[in-house]
Order: sequence, then structure tokens, then C-alpha cells
Amino acid sequence: MFRYIVRRLLQMVLTFFGATFIVYALMFANQGDPIQVLAGERPVSDALRAELTARYHLDKPFIVQYGYYMRGMLTGDFGESLTGRSIAEMMAQAWPVTAKLALMALIFAVLFGVTAGVVAGIRRSGIFDHVTLIVTLILLSIPIVVLAPMARLLFGVKLRWVPATAGAEPNLWALLVPALILGSLAMATQLRVTRASVAENLRADYIRTARAKGLKRNRVIGVHLLRNSLIPVVTLIGVDLGGLMSGAIITERAFNIPGVGSNLFRGIQTEDGPLVVGFVSMLVIIFLMANLIVDVLYAVLDPRIRYE
Amino acid sequence: MSDVESVAAAERVDEPSGPSGGRHAAKRAKAAKPRSLAADAWRDLRRNWVFWVSAALVLVIVVIAVFPGLFVDNDGKDCALSRQYGRPEGGAIFGFNFQGCDIYARAIYGAQPSILVGVGATLISAVIGAFFGMTSGYFGGWVDAVLSRMVDIVLAIPLLLAAIVFAKGLNPTREGTGIGTVVIVLGVLNWTTAARVMRSSVIAAKSQDFVAAARMLGAGPGRIMFRHILPNSVAPFIVVLTILLGINIATEAALSFLGVGLNPNQVSWGGDISHAAIRVQEAATPLVVPSAFLALTVLSFIMLGDAVRDAFDPRLR
Repeated sequence: MFRYIVRRLLQMVLTFFGATFIVYALMFANQGDPIQVLAGERPVSDALRAELTARYHLDKPFIVQYGYYMRGMLTGDFGESLTGRSIAEMMAQAWPVTAKLALMALIFAVLFGVTAGVVAGIRRSGIFDHVTLIVTLILLSIPIVVLAPMARLLFGVKLRWVPATAGAEPNLWALLVPALILGSLAMATQLRVTRASVAENLRADYIRTARAKGLKRNRVIGVHLLRNSLIPVVTLIGVDLGGLMSGAIITERAFNIPGVGSNLFRGIQTEDGPLVVGFVSMLVIIFLMANLIVDVLYAVLDPRIRYE
Repeated sequence: MSDVESVAAAERVDEPSGPSGGRHAAKRAKAAKPRSLAADAWRDLRRNWVFWVSAALVLVIVVIAVFPGLFVDNDGKDCALSRQYGRPEGGAIFGFNFQGCDIYARAIYGAQPSILVGVGATLISAVIGAFFGMTSGYFGGWVDAVLSRMVDIVLAIPLLLAAIVFAKGLNPTREGTGIGTVVIVLGVLNWTTAARVMRSSVIAAKSQDFVAAARMLGAGPGRIMFRHILPNSVAPFIVVLTILLGINIATEAALSFLGVGLNPNQVSWGGDISHAAIRVQEAATPLVVPSAFLALTVLSFIMLGDAVRDAFDPRLR
């Protein structure tokens, strides 16, 4: 178990450096003259140019600049955006909203997806099974680019059940529809995986033994079947978190929620390289850590994995 | 549906023998003759209404993309602010959007970049995925380990974030990116599932006897891979590609929605959705029409891929 965790940790570190290097390279290797970008329209005097070059290590080779950036990141200093604000501070401000949104979406996805998946898996070919299959197929196919604005149109503008714009400090009610939309894709995949896993496990020998022993149905399903069927779902939650982060950008843009996603989007539009790199790097860290936790959890639940 | 068919097939083969006469015996002999996987899959597909519906939709959409002139007269760029939010008239069956452009024409002409990006990106993903999957599966060992690490790095950044960073990085000018850049970006980021599927097929095929026989006859790795292993690994790979096509179209729309996709001068579904979504309190039709087109396109590709995958799945036979 210990070796497994160490191996996963090393993989995570390697992947983290690889991913952040790619992001950094793409944002900065193509930049024209960063000092001029900073100054905007105004001319830059030679003295100012020299000072900025020294401060931001612009005369050093690219790999050294990357080294400075990584050192800063590992000590928590993500630098400043082109507007002068500290990126870490912008992140701290935008983070609670997105965290609320993502958490609601994840809870919805896991609660509905897993429960409905278990029911559908037990009663295969029933009416519930067919209905959920069709609903999930539609949810999987319709892109979030369509779902989010249409949901806002339907629930926010036409029916007026929820406020059409979230506002600066959105409460849970305003975040409800965005969270449902954001979690819909994750719910659909989790439902399908749970359903397949439950259906496969129902035919297993240990379930047959449990039933032959005369165990009550609730115990067979609730204790034995569930424990083994939910294993793949746990790994899927880690992957879904990445999907939630991607989807959050679109959902926040469609519903006007001031979170990490819309800040990132604004950074992209204003060509704010440091902001984009900082936010994306932070999201990559979160994603990798979540996957590490999920992988360890997987190893705890399924001892076969520890020897892989 | 396939379960019922396989049960029916089993019942047919198990008919009681006896002095039934030539016809029954011939029918039994025909039913008992082993069919190849492709023929079985085609038989399953033929009876699946989902396959026919989605195939028809895909055909219609491809025709719209290749021959937009058949469906509408103007190219959607003929806009006049005087016609802002105008009612439907003449060929503009859905009316006009906030700029006075024909909504229907823009929806028709928007199919072309979406399908082009989808097909192009999927082809690139197919090539990269096939290459990585085959080498990783065939050679195993440290080659496999290195390639798996590369897959991890590509997967570490969630798709949309990576696409945004790539698109901005490869084309830092403000005018948005061309179709070519978007195709390359999506192709380079989306090959992992295809590679994984190819890898598992190759690993399964590698242990077969005919591969050992080929190697004993002196075939080199290249010949074995292309002539023997590839034809046997192709079926699940194609299925993944069909679904990948739908995903690429959806992701391109997402990129255009965020403004980092195609050039804003290009007519695209994502761009139209983006502009209409902000102004949804003024009019709903400019949002609903491109959304419906996009949703139907992606839905039909994914349904097609699903139907094909169910037909090829040996567990359901």
C-alpha cells in the first residue's frame, strides 16, 4: 500500500511539472514584447525597461524564467495579473462561489446518478431502466454550451423560477439551476457506470452465495453488492471533477456567476497571460490532488489494485 | 433489443431435430453456420431503429454542411440593423437576430465549420491515437510506461482549459483562430481514449496464435502490426472515433462560445449561441435555433456511435 501511494505521488509530481510547463510555454513563448504589453499604449523609457527586465528576469533564458515561476508557485506566490492585482488574492475571492457551485453539482451528480444507477441496474430492462438510459443519452449528447443558456432561458427568463442573473454574492437558490446543469453530465456518466457495474455484479458468484445463504434482500444489495459495485464510481468522481472544472467556465459565463471560471474567461479575453497561467496551474493542482485522493481511496476499497 | 435477438437466435438453432424435411434442416444448417463479427453486427444494426434514425440525421447534416446552397439562398452574412429581430419573411423562416442577420441561413452555414472541425480533429486524433496505442500495446515495457506518462500529462489539464490555453498560445492575435488551429488543438488533445482502446485491442490480439506464427515465419514488427493486428483491432477503434466526432463538434462550439474558437467573422453555431445567450431577455429564437441544430448534430453522432458499439459488443450477442 505504501509503495502504491509513493508511486502515485511520484507520478503526480511528474505530471504536474509536465502540465504546468506546457501551459507556461504556450502562454509565454509566443508573447511579443511583454514590457510593451504591460505599458499598453505609452512609450517605455530605457531606464524603466531595464528595471522591469531585471525585476521579471526577462533577459534570462526561457527555462530559467520557468524555474523562477515554479519557485514562486511552490511558495504560494502566483505573481500578479497584468492589471496589477495579486493572482492569489483574485483566486481567493473567486474561489468560494465556484466551490459552492461545484460542490452542489457533485452532490447532485453522485446522489442522483448513483442511486438511479443502482435501481436501474437491479431492475434491468424495466421501464425505469429504459427511461434513465434515454435521459442520460440525451444529457450526454447535448453539449453544455446548449444546456446552460437554454436552462437560463427556460427557468430564469421565461418561467422566472430562479433569478436570471446570479449577482455578486449568489445564494444557494440562485446557484441551484447552474449546479444542476453543471452536474448533469457527471450524473449521466455515473449513472451509466453504476448501472453497468451493478448489473455485472448481480451475476457474480458471491451474490448467488449470499442469496443461497438466505440473507435478506436488503442486506445482499445494501452491503455486498453496493460495496463492490461502487468501486469504479469512485475513480469516476476524480475524472468528473476535471469535467466540472471545464464545464464551470461555460456555466459561469452563461449564468453570469462571478467565480473562477468567469475570471479565467476575462483573463483570456484581455490576453492576461499571467492570470490565465496562474489560474489554470491552480486548477491543475486541484485536479491532480483530487485524482490522487481518489486513487488512494480506490486502493483502500479494492485490494487488488495495490499490487498493480 | 439485442438480448431478444440473441435469445431468438439461440432458440432457432435449438429446434428439435427429426424427420422435419429439407427445409427445416436447411434452415437449421444456415442458422448454425458461424457468422463473422462484422456480419453479426450488421444484422443487429439493421434491426435497430436508433441506428437508422441517427444515420439519416447524420446524412442530412453532412449534406447541409457540404451543400449549404441547396437549403438557403443567402450566406447569413447579409445583415441589416433595420431588420433587427424581424419577423420571419421569405426564406428566413426563423426571422432575424440582433444584428439583422437571417437566423436560418446562419444555422445552415454554421454546419460547415462545425463538421469540418469535427472530422479534421477526429482524423488527427485517430492517427495519433492509433500510433500511440499500437506501439504502446505491441512493445510494452518502458515504451508503454513513457507513453502512459505522456497520456497522463495530456489528461492532467481538463480538456476545455487545455484547449483554451493551446488555442491562445498557438495564435496570440486578437482575431480569433482559424479552422486549422482549432482542428490541430482538438486533435492533439483528444486522442487518449482512442489510444487506450487501440492499446487494449492490440494487447489482446498480440497473444493470439497467428501473431506467434507470423513472428516465427520471420515477419518484422511493422508487418505484424499493420497486416495482422490492425485489422483485428479496428472495430472498437471505429466506435470510439464516432463518439469522438460528436465530442469534437461539441467542444468546438464551446470554444466558439467562449470566443477562443473560430474567427468571429466565421458563421458558427457556438458564436451564434454566445451572442444570443447574452441577449436572451430580448429574443429567444436566435438562441433556440443554433442550439437545436448543434444539439441534434451531436446527438445523432453519439447515438450512431452508441448503436454501433452495442452491435459490436460481444457480451450482448
